[in-house]
Amino acid sequence: MGYQNIFTQVQLSGPPEMGPPARDSDPRGTSTTQNYWLGKVLNAQLGPIYLGPLGVASLICGFLAFEIIGLNMWASVGWDPIQFVRQFFWLALEPPSAEYGLSIPPLAEGGWWLMAGFFLTTSILLWWLRTYRRAVALGMGTHVAWAFASAIFLYLVLGLIRPVLMGSWSEAVPFGIFPHLDWTAAFSIRYGNLFYNPFHALSIVFLYGSVLLFAMHGATILAVGRYGGERELEQITDRGTAAERAALFWRWTMGFNASMESIHRWAWWFAVLTTLTGGIGILLSGTVVDNWYLFAQQNGYAPMYPATGAVDPLSVPGAAQ
Amino acid sequence: MNRQARRPVAIAILLALPLLLAGCELGPKETTQYGPRGTGMEQVVNLNIKQDPGIPPPSAYQLETREGQRAREIYPELKVLGDISVEEFGLLMANITTWVVPADAPAAEQGCNYCHNPDNMASYEKYTKTVALSMLKMTQNINLNWQQHVKQTGVTCYTCHRGKAIPEYSWSFEPDEDQTTILGNKQGQNTPVQAVGWSSLPNDPNSYFLGDREIKVAGRTLHPGATTNGIKDAEHTFGLMMQISGALGVNCTFCHNTQGFQNWDVSRTQKMSAWHGVRMVREANADYIQPLMATFPVNMGRLGPMGDPLKVNCQTCHQAQSKPLGGVSMLADNPALAELGAWATVAPAQTPSAVIAGGTVRTTDGVVGAVAVVPAATAALLADKVQAIRAAAATPAG
Repeated sequence: MGYQNIFTQVQLSGPPEMGPPARDSDPRGTSTTQNYWLGKVLNAQLGPIYLGPLGVASLICGFLAFEIIGLNMWASVGWDPIQFVRQFFWLALEPPSAEYGLSIPPLAEGGWWLMAGFFLTTSILLWWLRTYRRAVALGMGTHVAWAFASAIFLYLVLGLIRPVLMGSWSEAVPFGIFPHLDWTAAFSIRYGNLFYNPFHALSIVFLYGSVLLFAMHGATILAVGRYGGERELEQITDRGTAAERAALFWRWTMGFNASMESIHRWAWWFAVLTTLTGGIGILLSGTVVDNWYLFAQQNGYAPMYPATGAVDPLSVPGAAQ
Repeated sequence: MNRQARRPVAIAILLALPLLLAGCELGPKETTQYGPRGTGMEQVVNLNIKQDPGIPPPSAYQLETREGQRAREIYPELKVLGDISVEEFGLLMANITTWVVPADAPAAEQGCNYCHNPDNMASYEKYTKTVALSMLKMTQNINLNWQQHVKQTGVTCYTCHRGKAIPEYSWSFEPDEDQTTILGNKQGQNTPVQAVGWSSLPNDPNSYFLGDREIKVAGRTLHPGATTNGIKDAEHTFGLMMQISGALGVNCTFCHNTQGFQNWDVSRTQKMSAWHGVRMVREANADYIQPLMATFPVNMGRLGPMGDPLKVNCQTCHQAQSKPLGGVSMLADNPALAELGAWATVAPAQTPSAVIAGGTVRTTDGVVGAVAVVPAATAALLADKVQAIRAAAATPAG
């Protein structure tokens, strides 16, 4: 009955689970520990962790990016620790201004942004390589790596590919909590309302669809947890009463159901397509389409409202300039 | 405790969660729809914090007739108001005193003496009279030439001044941030300030109110090529729009249909009014206020830290009302403020030349110069004065 609760109520304790042997001969850590509170929400066992050269390099690059961003923010409030905390959500490391194009600006005028972006990108790509190689080493498919790659694609479009195509780093996103949100709103205003960008719409469909699928799947498995439904692999190969109940529930309520295996395919594709379509939408803004509202008007999917009588004052003869 | 006993506790906790939203504005709201349904074009007013537009002071007395002896016949040196009757002239002077001269002015500056030398009313020895002359011309220009913004309601000195010598809301240039260092450099943004709605947007919206900085940012054509603005420009415009929104006490949809912010034909006509308003403010600042730079005294709170006069923006008149003073017109009692004085027909003695007067507003996109039009003769005088003001500003007080 414990699975109906927010926190896991059953914890296993015993000799640490070390997993199967890996294909490569990379040394891996052997130290593990058990944590009761961790076990409330996750597996109670911590480790063994595999860091390896890629992991170490990724962490170093990530740390450098983190430091560059944080220290720039701190410097912007004159090294005042209190103001750093108070204004933290407003602070930013801003990309170079438009006048620098794609050239390398002085450090204080966007150079630090470029450097932070380089290290963050390197860190992320190294981490991607690590997820790929560890999956191969364990004889797994590389689905995790490719799902991660989809998110990285959106990240690269925003910070690297699109700015390069536009010929200016100033088109990229600032590092900062509120600043990157304000940037997003400004992006939509500059490109005539991202709401009318079909790829943005697709991305939202997949994002909300992911949430729906996650809720349905999570709820289903928790609901048959009392029959061992969370042991999904066993349920696939050796069907117990949990899987049949779950499947029947959905056929009763909506007439069809995903299989134990295909529900994960649905979830994976929805998640992957969220950032993939989103990235395409961003990539097309300013490079192919400059105003999505006009695009929607031309293609007949922007609602037309009655004219209010307002006109561009500049179009009125004799208007003030 | 068994499960049944715990359930009410869990429900109570869940019900208490919305209290985390206590930062929201509670209280009765009044919603007015301003556009097609489904567009969110509405204004929501929290009745508890609704601001009172204020009531203008009554005219000193009612003008019975505009006939009678012309003011010029008694005061031959009048530059602007000579063509109205003596009685109307006196009334206007009395009203201006109520509107502008602070009630707690020192004895030597009370009433008429705030601008005039009582022994020689025609004298311009007090700088305030020179300022008042320029402001009268500005008011007449606004009421006559900017009716696309001020309509027939018009403005008077009171619209901005509200009984104070210095209007409550004004702006001037701030010292530059040093762009060669990241130390203490917020790039003109990323600071919680009220002007831009506490966002991290660029907080130099006043730079749009002098000169002709481009506001329009959205792509003008379906495909790229016609619009050179970038996202950073959009952030600056966004900041300006937040300031205007706050200054008028309205939200975006008071003017815009947000399906296309840049689109005119589905916007409310208020957007046109705002467009003219921005140009009106630019003209007021450039042609009537900035040239007074040499007139204002130093160290009297009339000049900003960069030595430029305190200038106007939307808030100076509007003060959180979509119509200043609730749309009450004061022109009926003061008709001369909506007429062109004789000054307009007099050609300027000198061709104005542009000088960099007030310093700069630094933005992430480079320097926005503060260009004021002043007679060339005063340019040298100005330079010395700016030098003095900046030196004074650099020296700590006390």
